[in-house]
Amino acid sequence: MSLLSAHGISIAFGGLRALEDVSFSVDAGEVLAIIGPNGAGKTTLFNIVSGLYRAQSGRVMLAGRDVTGLPPHRLAALGLARTFQNLQIFFRMSVLENVMVGRHLKERRQLVAELLGLPSVLRENSATREAARDLLAFVGLAERAHEPAQSLPYGALKRLEIARALACEPKVLMLDEPAAGCNPVETEEIDRLIVAIARKGVAVVLVEHDMKLVMRISDRVLVLDQGRVLAQGRPQEVRADPRVIAAYLGRHGLASAHAA
Amino acid sequence: MTGPRSKLILLSSLLAVLVVVPLLFPSAFHLRVAALVWINAIAALGLALVMGLAGQVSLGHAGFMGIGAYATALGPRHFGLDPLLSMALGVIGAAVLALLVGRPILRLKGHYLAVATLGLGILVHLVLVSEVAITGGPDGIQVPRLVVAGWRVVGPEVWYWITGVCLILATWIALNLEDSSTGRALRALHDSEIAASVVGVDVARHKLLVFVLAAVYAAIAGGLLALLNRFVTPDVASFLRSIELVTMVVIGGMGSMMGAIVGAALLTVLPQALTFFHEYEHAVLGLLIILFMVFLRQGIVPGLLSLFARWRSA
Repeated sequence: MSLLSAHGISIAFGGLRALEDVSFSVDAGEVLAIIGPNGAGKTTLFNIVSGLYRAQSGRVMLAGRDVTGLPPHRLAALGLARTFQNLQIFFRMSVLENVMVGRHLKERRQLVAELLGLPSVLRENSATREAARDLLAFVGLAERAHEPAQSLPYGALKRLEIARALACEPKVLMLDEPAAGCNPVETEEIDRLIVAIARKGVAVVLVEHDMKLVMRISDRVLVLDQGRVLAQGRPQEVRADPRVIAAYLGRHGLASAHAA
Repeated sequence: MTGPRSKLILLSSLLAVLVVVPLLFPSAFHLRVAALVWINAIAALGLALVMGLAGQVSLGHAGFMGIGAYATALGPRHFGLDPLLSMALGVIGAAVLALLVGRPILRLKGHYLAVATLGLGILVHLVLVSEVAITGGPDGIQVPRLVVAGWRVVGPEVWYWITGVCLILATWIALNLEDSSTGRALRALHDSEIAASVVGVDVARHKLLVFVLAAVYAAIAGGLLALLNRFVTPDVASFLRSIELVTMVVIGGMGSMMGAIVGAALLTVLPQALTFFHEYEHAVLGLLIILFMVFLRQGIVPGLLSLFARWRSA
């Protein structure tokens, strides 16, 4: 049984059908890339699966449980973490604290003890700090731990979001355009990170426009077009699929692809 | 943000101020003003947790202060209860009211809390003014003298120390919260509710928690005010008082616990110091607030800290 699966997801905004009967599944240690032209519904699908939107029909299963319609914080507790296309960083906090917040569910919280600053709270704080430091080292940001998050360049913030998501110790990690806006060097670092994360047994679902990255690291590719699943399969199969080429390049592109 | 060391520095400097003030200003009048500063600072600290830490706005915070103050006055009068016990009941009452009002409101995003608390504050004030038979109406009501185990708690110096110690405890608790898992979750949801929720923070629950805690701070401040003045009027819960508390937090520096205390000190002491301007007192006070906001936009404490950092690195 797959770790995360979506079945027959549909949603419409006003009259616009953003997603229609979309299904996918992903196993532990597998990298699934969701691709498609702009407006295909990739981020909408992400937002539904991660609990930010509610689908009008369809079900989401996580580790054998029906999690349809659960709020994000409940999904996080069940092992689903994600990053955002438009960064959602805690800009008023330090780099380290951003990742520490990611440990929220792993911390024992007892309000009275927290208000009184009891030794148990201090121990918990230092355990959280250690875990966050390890994750910053994993994404290559250890030296910048104590800087304010807002001082980091774009590519580093992308990795900071990944570190924060990993702090939840997720079973499923959803990355919304992890390499968008990154230069080739940064993209390569993120590439390396994703492979390392999947190797640890985490199921990775990513939306990405960088086709080279997608072809390099994904085990399977799901192609969306105008809210429907256009194709699904191994990267090589999908790349050769004429429908996919048509969706990306238009009819004209398809003609020239045939001619070539 | 505040590690154990900076926490210690903040608390010991506060204690130093507490010790030095009576040496410099030993008169009863000055000690009374200082006690008022400590009391206002307690209420402002609570509001700083809501506004600075969690990024929510409460425009009716004086309402909770009024509940604490009037509970302390009315318990002994109508039920023959001990003033301290009455105050404790008032604090619990304020917490329950905050829970009931905050629960439905804080599930929503946006400025609903500001509007709802605005209404709540006005409502509390209205009840205090109009229920003359119970509250004494606009003329106010007397508060019996506090007697603890046969000791009559009187004199400005005694109250200076009682309120001062309460402020230190309130600061200590606020700093502890700031540097805990819950505090981090609050600061996180201030910046991005979505990001906080996807790492597992129950956003509505955390907002509610800090709102209730702030109500407790305000009610304690209100109770202390009643015991210090031995008299309460509905003014304690007026809309203007709520705005004053918000101004203390903003002018001192949102997100800085020390800022709330400095803001409270400024807005409590300045009106006393400006009395020689006679009828222009309020105009001068307003002008000063504007100047502070123009030149130290982040608030006094964070503004001065960053000026200091720039001066050191230059």
